[in-house]
Amino acid sequence: MADEVILLDFWPSMFGMRVRIALAEKGIEYQYREEDLMNKSPLLLKMNPVHKKIPVLIHNGKPVCESLIAVEYIDEVWKDKAQILPSDPYQRAQARFWADYVDKKVNAVARNVWATKGEEQEAAKKEFIEILKVLEGELGDKPYFGGETFGLTDISLIGYYCWFYAYETFGIFSIESECPKLIAWAKRCMEKESVSKSLADPHKVYDFVLGMKKRHGQE
Amino acid sequence: MSTSDVKLLGGWPSPFVMRARIALNIKSVDYEFLQEKVGEKSELLLKSNPVYKKIPVLIHADKPICESLIIVQYIDEVWTSGPSILPSDPYDRAIARFWAAYIDDKWFPSVRGIALIAEGDEEKKEAVQEVATGLELLEDAFPKCNKGGNFFGGERIGYLDIALGCFLAWLRVTEKLNNVKLLDEAKTPNLCKWAESFCSDAAVKDVMPETDKLLGFAKVLMARFKAPPAN
Repeated sequence: MADEVILLDFWPSMFGMRVRIALAEKGIEYQYREEDLMNKSPLLLKMNPVHKKIPVLIHNGKPVCESLIAVEYIDEVWKDKAQILPSDPYQRAQARFWADYVDKKVNAVARNVWATKGEEQEAAKKEFIEILKVLEGELGDKPYFGGETFGLTDISLIGYYCWFYAYETFGIFSIESECPKLIAWAKRCMEKESVSKSLADPHKVYDFVLGMKKRHGQE
Repeated sequence: MSTSDVKLLGGWPSPFVMRARIALNIKSVDYEFLQEKVGEKSELLLKSNPVYKKIPVLIHADKPICESLIIVQYIDEVWTSGPSILPSDPYDRAIARFWAAYIDDKWFPSVRGIALIAEGDEEKKEAVQEVATGLELLEDAFPKCNKGGNFFGGERIGYLDIALGCFLAWLRVTEKLNNVKLLDEAKTPNLCKWAESFCSDAAVKDVMPETDKLLGFAKVLMARFKAPPAN
């Protein structure tokens, strides 16, 4: 029986992008289903009753929720190509640590970069750059976070790259001037088809964020 | 491997540290337990976990591993001759990881919220309800995970048991300090039975603090960090 793989997703979601990238890396055929987050589908509510959030990977009818958990699941099930986590336990622990760091640190602050004004925004920008610099430090001179090969930490962070244009425009700052090595890493990742096909168009993301700001009376 | 090869930086009251200790016990790994002083961070801790400066940190052959659930997975993957901690099936693993993440991201913060945030009866009631809702979800999840055994992991304690069970002593302390019932036999009978099995497990019983000892510790901690209550 052929595998049935469905991804419930939302096009600008950097979390959804992680799963798209993992599926593309493994060459897995799947059905992409766009969710309207203002009007969540019965399927989404049934498959993720606890959080009611995307992305949800549905494999042969069984849901896997939380993007990094889905990425590890994909790596474990389709283990014959494009290994996402390294084999060595210590390297695996490092990969998980930094992917978790992205989850704990980047999201909340990134949102404030575009969603706030004045002093709050300045503080968010400062914190955001500090976090990116820590990541840049961890990357060092390696081509990818895991070393020679693209892996979990790269997948956890790269989705934010298509949001950088929006952050920079609304925050009036340049991420590249502060973190040139990180931008070089991002461009390197974008050379991979699995990444370039999974990320959203930065200008469309900008329009999306603009729309959100307008709805919240911020523009 | 000699004991000095494996060090654990931590403290006896921390549920997160307990996770690592339970995992090491499951694998029968000898380790040096280096306890941090409350309110102070050792040079070794700051050097080993520069990002968060928090316990637990596992140091194996001088290499540090941070974040309790990452440590547990590391232990499972290194010491393969001992019983497995994560389930073997990828889907079961995803479910165990999902609930462990839920516990850390949503449930335990609401437990902490009862003691620290809730002021006045209404807020406290809400916080208690949040905790109860979480426990009901886990109660529902139990028969889907346990495959007839006493634990989320089946016949033996596993990843999700460790992720949740480490909070049992703090749960009891929170109940006593706030005069509330959180783990209720009437509402979550599976979990109550599970809690008993968990606490008496060989890998757990020596590292689970006694409720009274933890209560004493909690009171000292609260006196130190909380502002004096308004009259």
